[in-house]
Amino acid sequence: MAWLRLLFIILVLRPLAVLITGVDVVGRERLPVRGPAIVAGNHNSHMDTLLLLALFPSRALARVRPAAAADYFLKDPALSWFARNIVGIVPIDRAAARAPDSQPADVLAPAREALARGDILLIFPEGTRGEPGHATMAPMKNGVARLAEACPAAPVIPVWIQGAGRVLPKGAVAPVPMTCCVLVGEPIRWAGDRAQFMDRLRGALERLEEQAPPLRWR
Amino acid sequence: MPALAHKLSVIGLSPVTVGLLAVSVFLFLGTAAAILLPRLRAGTGFEDLGPRMVSWWVMIALLTGALALGWRGTALLFAGVSFLALREFLSLAPARREDRLVIGVAYLAIPISYIFIFNNIYLFYLVFIPVYVFLGLPFLMAGLGQPRGYLASTSAFHWALVTCVYNIGFIPLLMRVPHWDAPQAGAVGLVFLLLAATEANDVFQYVCGKLFGRRRITPAISPNKTWEGFLGGWLLTTGLILLAGPALTPLRGVGLWTVALSLPLAGFAGDVTFSAIKRDLGVKDTSGLIPGHGGILDRIDSLTFTAPLYFHLLAYFSLATY
Repeated sequence: MAWLRLLFIILVLRPLAVLITGVDVVGRERLPVRGPAIVAGNHNSHMDTLLLLALFPSRALARVRPAAAADYFLKDPALSWFARNIVGIVPIDRAAARAPDSQPADVLAPAREALARGDILLIFPEGTRGEPGHATMAPMKNGVARLAEACPAAPVIPVWIQGAGRVLPKGAVAPVPMTCCVLVGEPIRWAGDRAQFMDRLRGALERLEEQAPPLRWR
Repeated sequence: MPALAHKLSVIGLSPVTVGLLAVSVFLFLGTAAAILLPRLRAGTGFEDLGPRMVSWWVMIALLTGALALGWRGTALLFAGVSFLALREFLSLAPARREDRLVIGVAYLAIPISYIFIFNNIYLFYLVFIPVYVFLGLPFLMAGLGQPRGYLASTSAFHWALVTCVYNIGFIPLLMRVPHWDAPQAGAVGLVFLLLAATEANDVFQYVCGKLFGRRRITPAISPNKTWEGFLGGWLLTTGLILLAGPALTPLRGVGLWTVALSLPLAGFAGDVTFSAIKRDLGVKDTSGLIPGHGGILDRIDSLTFTAPLYFHLLAYFSLATY
């Protein structure tokens, strides 16, 4: 199935992403081509995953695995097949993570295993798609810090995706072509403190956002 | 030049081939400059010349390929150029959340315009965007029932459609001129002179500005442009058109002089006008699509002004088709 995924990404997803968004990249050379690595981005749209997949060089694609919500992507069989085999998601069980009373489930286990295998994990720390065009991100969950702690060998690369929320906002059915810009930042390494790590990641994302072309979306 | 063109055509080279050879000579010179200048004078702003020249090679290869394929190939290439330019413009323009649908619909102006070009329905092409899209899109937007920021958005959308789609479409329309109407070098010769003169004007202005630039011409809009660059570009491009025009087009006498003198002015006007738009939007480049140049709008800004002017002057002075 791996070859089918590679073919689909190179022949369908990548041209589609270029046609719809232009895939304007700043700092492409900072994208990891070897795992283990974590790419952490802001999340406004399903286009985000498509854009990031379209960005990686073909030789790295086999290793690139987007972390995605199990409750959303695994609920219907067709979508589930597509998400697992073509997009290559690492399922994260948000429902188990939210349940307050039960035993704290180890929802990040699949993501940790992927990193241990040497994969490049794409993760959206907001945990859900935020409001499109809003200047601010939704508050980030610290799962990304826990993953960096569990796998200190993996650098965390901050990525700001500008404009994807206009192309395909939450709830919209069809994408509308608009330029998207992806800004790749300097890698952040685990230094022993979760809160401090999250602050550095937030700061890095905010600095990338400042460099992004303006969104005139009122 | 006509004599030279005649001699060359005797040994089997068409005027357009000669023109392409001249363009490649300049490309090689530019490439040599891109390799040598940063080594000779480091830190003097020649660093982006390398990617700039690579992009020139790619763009000229694409254009040559499309022109060789004939009017259909050229029409498809410029439909693509219009799509990319419109996407850039609509992504930068101030728009309202509700306008997503309108932006999606605005792209349809491209296939519809090109249906008119492919079927040679010149009259419909002429009125479709400036009259009917002009009326239809604002009506659609009114239907969305959101009056906030309405006029600003409709104006931006219409500006985008006229410059990026309508004005660029005059190039494939020129490609539909039959050979008997432009016997010197056919329709390819007409389009080749327009593209060569417009881009040469940009390059001449840039080079003259770099070499002799002193006095700023539009300090508030585009601080890098100088009177020296503008006048140098005007003089050199006028000379180029006077030399190459008779070999490539049926333009003679007053018609030739009018095109030669006005086309560089239109190119400069397009450049400055888009600079004003970019300044208003707060961006330096319209995107990062073409390495060393910026976005596609940064490259075709002057062309959106020169293409209609050139078309109408040719039509008035020399063509029976339009």
